[in-house]
Amino acid sequence: MEIKILGAGCAKCKALEKLTRDVVERNGIQATITKIDDYAEIMKYHVMTTPALVVNDRVEIKGRVPSGEEIRQIFLKYQEA
Amino acid sequence: MNFVSRSNRNLILPLVLLPVWFLIYHFLKPVTDWFVDDILGMTAGTHLTETLRFFIFEVPKVLLLLTLIIFLVGIVRSFFSPEKTRKALEGKSLFTGNVMASMLGIVTPFCSCSAIPLFLGFVEAGIPIGVTFSFLIASPMINEVAVVLLFGMFGWKTAAIYVLSGLVIAITAGWIIGKLNLRHWVQDWVYEAQLGNQDSDDEKMKFADRIQYGYNAVREIVGKVWIYVVIGIAVGAGAHGYVPQDFMASLMGRSAWYSVPLSVIIGVPLYSNAAGIIPIVSVLIEKGASLGTALAFMMAVIGLSLPEMIILKKVLKLPFILTFAGIMAVGIMLVGFLFNAIM
Repeated sequence: MEIKILGAGCAKCKALEKLTRDVVERNGIQATITKIDDYAEIMKYHVMTTPALVVNDRVEIKGRVPSGEEIRQIFLKYQEA
Repeated sequence: MNFVSRSNRNLILPLVLLPVWFLIYHFLKPVTDWFVDDILGMTAGTHLTETLRFFIFEVPKVLLLLTLIIFLVGIVRSFFSPEKTRKALEGKSLFTGNVMASMLGIVTPFCSCSAIPLFLGFVEAGIPIGVTFSFLIASPMINEVAVVLLFGMFGWKTAAIYVLSGLVIAITAGWIIGKLNLRHWVQDWVYEAQLGNQDSDDEKMKFADRIQYGYNAVREIVGKVWIYVVIGIAVGAGAHGYVPQDFMASLMGRSAWYSVPLSVIIGVPLYSNAAGIIPIVSVLIEKGASLGTALAFMMAVIGLSLPEMIILKKVLKLPFILTFAGIMAVGIMLVGFLFNAIM
């Protein structure tokens, strides 16, 4: 699973990155996590509100920090597929 | 054993809490007086008593107002998104676009850290830069916390004046930026980055989800600003009782014409949120500052922030940012002079 966190510098972006790493670690999910803060790169995902959570190049969350449980559910969906 | 589902609970809870809210709000004044005069047994009229009374009454009052309004605004905002706003603004002519963008700026949820992706997203959709700016100006300036606090501490007229002048500034400043045609001062890469159009995948929301959105807004915003409200009112309460009545009159009064530009110059580098600045502004006014000067100061602090300008550097060249800051400063000063003249 390839996870990307989109967002430059804001507090919420850091919060989402930390939360994502926590969830991945605690559930033993096999994944690479990349933080993307280059705006040109961010815009390729067509998001206008950061932070955003991208899994396998699909935008799953944008503009907010979800709960850890919500993130876990998203990851489970990809693990089953 | 979970008889009441989460979505039902979301619908029922506001119905229970709303009457409680009104009861507390209604009896706040008599309860405060009873507490200060009878329980603490303080002598009415002394500096200390009135300072304490002001504090005990204002803090819960402002927090109650804040919670209710933020909750309602949260529900309203769940009907809007940057994607929908962008769609609504596509292909609008300059002036109409500026008016719509300014109004949508008030209701579209977005945090200041999203200013750059929003700017890029709007430009990509072919929305004129002037219209985009109307949106980006209105959104932080006319924020819900500012409006609630103005309403709570000065009444609805001042709140309305603030919203209207904010709208006029956002519309005009955006329109002027559009007319100036500053495209060559946008960083080159912005137009080079070719981005396809976005598929709008709007989530379908049930009403219970929208109420949840309201709760989240309260938790996020009130949870963040309450401490500024308490500190701001504490400072206000102290000054209320102890600072002489016309202390600010010579410095920020109506007769001192230079007070408006001075307030703007002091206000721009100051970066604070509405919650912290308004209780202090209320003291300035009480101690003789004129409304226009106080409004200008407030708008400069809330609507124009140095960190935001620095972030804009990523997409705009320096002359553009300076032009933008100049137009905003002039606009805010005009509002200040206008209200000093007519109020």
